Amino acid sequence: PPERKRFYQNVSISQGEGGYEINLDHRKLKTPQAKVFAVPSEALAIAVATEWDSQKDTIKFYTMHLTTLCNTALDNPTQRNKMQLIRAAVKFLETDTVCYRVEEPPALAELQKNEWDPIVAWAEKRYNVAIGSSTSILGPNIPASTKETFVSHLASYNMWALQGIEYVITQLKSLILSMGLIDRHITVEKAVLLSRLEEEYQIRRWGSVEWAHDYDLCELRARTAAGTLFVHLCSESSTVKHKLLQD
Amino acid sequence: MAALGSPLRTFRGLLRELRHASGRHYRETPAYRHIAAAFRAHRVTSQKLCRAQQELHFQAATYLCLLRSVREHAALHQEYHGKGERSPEEVAGLVGFRLPQQPGGKG
Repeated sequence: PPERKRFYQNVSISQGEGGYEINLDHRKLKTPQAKVFAVPSEALAIAVATEWDSQKDTIKFYTMHLTTLCNTALDNPTQRNKMQLIRAAVKFLETDTVCYRVEEPPALAELQKNEWDPIVAWAEKRYNVAIGSSTSILGPNIPASTKETFVSHLASYNMWALQGIEYVITQLKSLILSMGLIDRHITVEKAVLLSRLEEEYQIRRWGSVEWAHDYDLCELRARTAAGTLFVHLCSESSTVKHKLLQD
Repeated sequence: MAALGSPLRTFRGLLRELRHASGRHYRETPAYRHIAAAFRAHRVTSQKLCRAQQELHFQAATYLCLLRSVREHAALHQEYHGKGERSPEEVAGLVGFRLPQQPGGKG
């Protein structure tokens, strides 16, 4: 399908009933389900406005990750409640990238140990839980108490932030790396590198179709950065009292 | 706290990305004003940072990563996916063939 042309001159932000709204010329931006696009954080609205203002001749929706995240928070298309989101997020621990280890080849096994052991250790210490790692095809055996600790912790986040957290986890295929990001223990670049450790290893070993490698890397970085920023902006004390975030 | 490097470097990187996104008038954009005000208010360009400053720096570095990665990804997308479908002549040419000439049409 042909891309949509940029149909507006000016992008502006205004404060409406529901929160900060985005205006494309005189038109209020709406979500896919035709709700008024309103966000609880001014900084988030500014960043979304910047996405729309950055579009040149055509609107490249695939680059507008913050807009997409806000639309998901507003429309909740999968109709999940808070507990369902939390359980989906914590379930990822069972197949967490950084816990799933290979035995062969030895160089990769060593790389995984050196790069992933520290972040697992960090999570265990930070959350006072047992996680471990495994070379079994069934993955690590995560104690129920560990899962409950994460469920409890995630419950302290509001619905918007949770949408963001679940998004980051899905992108990185790791709850642990995502918590590392949310807790500001690692940068986005580092989290993405750790998530793609096996790809990076294979590329160094066998070479890559350069542009394809960079393409995937940039896309994952963009999505992960968007998700992380979204979570932090929706959890800031200045934002949290907003009525959009009252569950 | 993540290893973020120099806040000044992050700030300069953000200015560069905003210039890419908004052109000459980037200093008049809400994004620029918000970022400049935040850095000024928290003096995040200094060396020793308190917790609030570190959080702000992390946010700034994350936003920089977002802007940069989106720009790079879009450029790669244009380069390798943006050209649309190839014509039948181009496709034939890819494998060393030429399409036959049919002056009277397919008949």
